[in-house]
Amino acid sequence: MLTLDSVSVTRGGVPVLDDVSLALGRGQAVVLRGPNGSGKTTLLRTVAGLQPPAAGRIEGAERVAYAGHADGLKASLSAAENLRFWVSAFGTHDILPALAAFDLEALADRRAGEMSAGQKRRLGLARMLVTGRPVWVLDEPTVSLDTTSVGLFAKAVSDHLEKGGAALIATHIDLGLPDTRTLDVTPYRARPRAAAADEAFL
Amino acid sequence: MSLWEYANPVKFIRLADRMLPPVAVLALLCLVVGLVWGFFFTPDDYRQGSTVKIIYLHVPSALMAINAWLMMLVASLIWIIRRHHVSALAARAAAPVGATMTVIALATGAIWGQPMWGTWWAWDPRLTSFLILFLFYLGYMALWEAIESDDTAADLTAILCLVGSVFAILSRYAVNFWNQGLHQGASLSMDAEENVADVFWLPLLVCMAGFVLLFLALVLLRTQTEIRARRTRALIARERAA
Amino acid sequence: MRALLLRDLALAVRAGGGFGLGLSFFLIVTVLVPFAVGPDTGTLAPIAPGVLWIGALLACLLSLDRILALDWEDGSLDLLATAPLPLEGIVTVKALAHWITTGLPLVAAAPALGVLLSLPGPGYLWLFVSLLLGTPALSVIGTFGAALVVGLKRGGLLMSLLVLPLYVPTLIFGAEVARRGAEGLDVQTPLLMLAGISTGSLALLPFAAAAVLRVNLR
Repeated sequence: MLTLDSVSVTRGGVPVLDDVSLALGRGQAVVLRGPNGSGKTTLLRTVAGLQPPAAGRIEGAERVAYAGHADGLKASLSAAENLRFWVSAFGTHDILPALAAFDLEALADRRAGEMSAGQKRRLGLARMLVTGRPVWVLDEPTVSLDTTSVGLFAKAVSDHLEKGGAALIATHIDLGLPDTRTLDVTPYRARPRAAAADEAFL
Repeated sequence: MSLWEYANPVKFIRLADRMLPPVAVLALLCLVVGLVWGFFFTPDDYRQGSTVKIIYLHVPSALMAINAWLMMLVASLIWIIRRHHVSALAARAAAPVGATMTVIALATGAIWGQPMWGTWWAWDPRLTSFLILFLFYLGYMALWEAIESDDTAADLTAILCLVGSVFAILSRYAVNFWNQGLHQGASLSMDAEENVADVFWLPLLVCMAGFVLLFLALVLLRTQTEIRARRTRALIARERAA
Repeated sequence: MRALLLRDLALAVRAGGGFGLGLSFFLIVTVLVPFAVGPDTGTLAPIAPGVLWIGALLACLLSLDRILALDWEDGSLDLLATAPLPLEGIVTVKALAHWITTGLPLVAAAPALGVLLSLPGPGYLWLFVSLLLGTPALSVIGTFGAALVVGLKRGGLLMSLLVLPLYVPTLIFGAEVARRGAEGLDVQTPLLMLAGISTGSLALLPFAAAAVLRVNLR
């Protein structure tokens, strides 16, 4: 579903990861680990197509649904309105399963601006369900979630995998998912060298 | 051996090192000869008196004000298409020089306009266009300064340069339409009758050559500085990473 | 696309800033002018078309940084860029939403404010027409400017410096249509030029804005 072939990524022109290869099939999940600043976010943004890889190839980027650190919610719209917008943007149909999966039914009419951080995060994650895309790319999805909500999230991911989806998740929490591989990005750290853009100047 | 070899920063610096002294000397020579010839060895104009002699500063600087932008446009296109860093840095280096030329053209124009038209400033189409061009230079330089990442800044300013060029041309026509001005027609058009007389024309030509060479020398020097600054930053980054 | 337009309109209405702020600014600028130049009809009437155009242009400029900055801050721009919508379409819709929330109210209000400045009788129609044709160009050019500075903190002042020179041709032809209309002269040439600038910017600038946005997102 998603294949990374010797991908190198740069952050602000400075190489952070080199030669990352990865194949993600149906029903599989890969958890990315690595210390802060090791390039997990940069790799995920590259996979999501927000920036081009410095080298290598990514296949299946068009199947990716991405959720970053920010939830992209509009404070003055209600939870349901926020989700409905993404439903029409991705051309899918229904927000109810997404609301149900993250226990948001009671909050459907509440404005996102009046929600707690954890509730907003749940709403942000519920967006993944309405995209209808098979490959979820999630960056630290469990930040500000309590134990119950982490359980909801883990269930949503495993349901998604069962339906033949795939997920690439950067997280430090053990989600207890079946068929999960862990990819530590530390060995792929780019050898210290100048920014790719600056190499011509050395 | 192709022209693109000089897109390599190191080669460009070596080329600039070799070219700078002769170009600078030649520029100085042309300027001294042209200006002295123009100021002291040409007759006064029968209508404009000695004020006409400011033409030796006014016309060449106006010429370079526009050509500098043209050069930036070409350099921006090369950066967008071929991604040569030297090209982006050359565009950046040329902007302040072009802006200065625009100011010189405006100032000498005002000084010339005062005795001729009885006013320092008139909203004449040519004057106005140069003022607008100056605003474009300001915006372009401000954008370069504002963005930290070098490549992002190069990309954004290059696109601004392209869009700005289109709007600068539009402004030129708009301004022309808006006010038919006092400014004399092009002094250097190829129609023989409109042309200034040969006595004025020859020293003017030398002055223009001098300004072109001066511009070339300044841009070479500034591009070299930009490359070296970038290289320093790259070296520091490498030291820190190691 | 339509969903994005509706969302932006809803946001503008609920946040309150969209319709109201630009319009109030336009009103205040217009009211201030007679204080500065005197209440005499003979003074006000000839400058009325120009003042109204400047007022509309500044009111438009005032709201430009809201076009993309809010979406940038809360991360929706990232998500929009990964959604199956072309970025060119997104910026066009954003510009359209800005025009509907800012430009259109200005166009509607301008004749009323013309009364305050003793705009001559035939001027009302042409003022209205010139603003109706010209404000879309202001929105599209402004969106390009907003895309240029979207990643910068305190980009507002820089954006004015970048956008205002680009506004020059639109302002010249727009104000010229209004002025000639007010004086009962032939408006055809500037009107055609104004329409040309609007359609040209509308057709080409979204590509430049999208390219700029891609650079800023990476």
